[in-house]
Amino acid sequence: MSNKVIQAIYTDDDVLLGAVKKVKAAHHHIEEIYTPFPVHGLDKAMGLAPTRIAIASFIYGCIGLAVAIAMMNYIMIEDWPQNIGGKPSFSFLDNMPSFVPIMFELTVFFAAHLMVITFYLRSKLWPFKAAENPDVRTTDDHFLMEVAVSGNEEELSAFLKDTGAVEVKVSEKH
Amino acid sequence: MYTFSNKLRLSAFVLMIVGVLGLGYGFLAAPATVEEAKAMVADAHHGHGDAHGEAAQAHEEHHDASHDEHLLHQLQNKPWAALYVAAFFFMMIPLGVLAFYAIQRVSQAGWSPILFRVMEGITAYLLPGAVLVFVILALSGVHMNHLFIWMDSEVVAHDELIQGKAGYLNVPFFLVRAAVYIAGWVAYRHFSRKFSIAQDTAGDDSNFKKLFKMSAGFLVFFLVSESMMSWDWIMSVDPHWYSTLFGWYVFASMFVSGITVIALTTIYLKSRGYLEEVNNSHIHDLAKFMFGISIFWTYLWFSQFMLIWYSNIPEEVTYFITRIEDYKLPFFGMVVLNFVFPLLVLMNSDYKRLNWFVVMTGIVILAGHYLDIYNMIMPATVGDQWFIGVAEIGGVLFFLGLFIYVVFTALTKAPLVPKRNPYIEESRHFHY
Repeated sequence: MSNKVIQAIYTDDDVLLGAVKKVKAAHHHIEEIYTPFPVHGLDKAMGLAPTRIAIASFIYGCIGLAVAIAMMNYIMIEDWPQNIGGKPSFSFLDNMPSFVPIMFELTVFFAAHLMVITFYLRSKLWPFKAAENPDVRTTDDHFLMEVAVSGNEEELSAFLKDTGAVEVKVSEKH
Repeated sequence: MYTFSNKLRLSAFVLMIVGVLGLGYGFLAAPATVEEAKAMVADAHHGHGDAHGEAAQAHEEHHDASHDEHLLHQLQNKPWAALYVAAFFFMMIPLGVLAFYAIQRVSQAGWSPILFRVMEGITAYLLPGAVLVFVILALSGVHMNHLFIWMDSEVVAHDELIQGKAGYLNVPFFLVRAAVYIAGWVAYRHFSRKFSIAQDTAGDDSNFKKLFKMSAGFLVFFLVSESMMSWDWIMSVDPHWYSTLFGWYVFASMFVSGITVIALTTIYLKSRGYLEEVNNSHIHDLAKFMFGISIFWTYLWFSQFMLIWYSNIPEEVTYFITRIEDYKLPFFGMVVLNFVFPLLVLMNSDYKRLNWFVVMTGIVILAGHYLDIYNMIMPATVGDQWFIGVAEIGGVLFFLGLFIYVVFTALTKAPLVPKRNPYIEESRHFHY
């Protein structure tokens, strides 16, 4: 297998969406698409699997709730059950209403922050990461589709030209 | 055009008849004298076993005539309270829908116009429902029952706290206020329906614009009148107690019940082959509202509970002490029905698109909010003599039958999809 990819550049998101559908219909493998902004429906057209980050976030929220309950139960009820202003510290349930604000906030805190960190890990983003942009114009006003070359390179180039690409170039992929 | 199926019409009548029988039984079974009331309670205690009976016996010795009278009043109140809770619950559903409708109009929502006729159909129940509540309030005003103890001049004569509130809590002013709220709501409902139907055949959008302005005005009126209504019709059954966020709390309850009923009615009509253009994105949006407002209700419920629990000031904490002692299961059970269940079931985006999931959750939410109203009214009117029995279920069935009859009759009166609404195309193709 060669490491060659063809990079087709488009200037309009509607044209890009149409091109994605044609490329899929012709059974060419799309390696990657670079866009300057989210294009609604692009993931569906490409056939990408839906994200599971919401499920991860739900689990993180449950962990946060468990941490809050375990922490306050240990500190306020088990370790040193003082009488503070007459609040009942005999059992967790007795004093639960006053713990709810913290339980809520820790649930949100864990759900939000761990989900964001999961997003960074899964999408491989960090402060000193080298940008992977194949063409600087894709962050401004151009859309770039990378299609793996399998078989006839000329034919594929012509096919991509036909789908409305303003520019088609062959590039050696890392 | 929708045609009212004979089967549904028959079910509505059956529900009404069964409900009337249940309520009638409740009124007949209520004791007329102190002796009968004591006999009824003694019977009930025997059923509970010996330990409870002994405790009751010990307690009995401290009883004096005024306590017996109190018990009689509680038992006499039972069928009235059952009637009132059900009447209020079904009245607040179209009121919640009316508020939702006005918000959709004012916010110029692009997804909901296809559901406007469903909402207008549901709000048709507002007039009969509110008038029935008004009749019950008026009957209380002429001392047919003891639902509102501040209406009893003997009680007020010995009660300085209620005397201090007599400027607000007196029967003529109370009924005039009730009439003003009802007139305001019904007037908006009448004209919104009229302009909405006129827009179908109009040559321009003037009806639509008028309705926009009217809805904005209505929302201002609604916010004030709903808040005062909740003090009058609900909070005043406990005239010694007050809470500042009570109006919002009642609003959240009616809002989520109303949205749930919109979803259930829409799903029913769609399953019968009407409303073809309603897709699962519309249902998804309604379910999101059910989910969000359920949590909003819980937020207000907990805020009210926790502030009073935390500070534990004797004059206001009695409200929750009577509820937790005598109503433990309904009081905490409704939090499970209204919060935990919708939270876990409606969180998943895919489930919100499944009709049977939304219907199941909707029924649980409606049962939970019936219990919510029950918990607001019953402790003050029947105290520890509460029971969800023939009269309570009869009340719900009667008003359910009436509600179904009125709403589905109104739905037959106009096409189910508005025609010249500027947002109707967007709503038809709504996709999320």
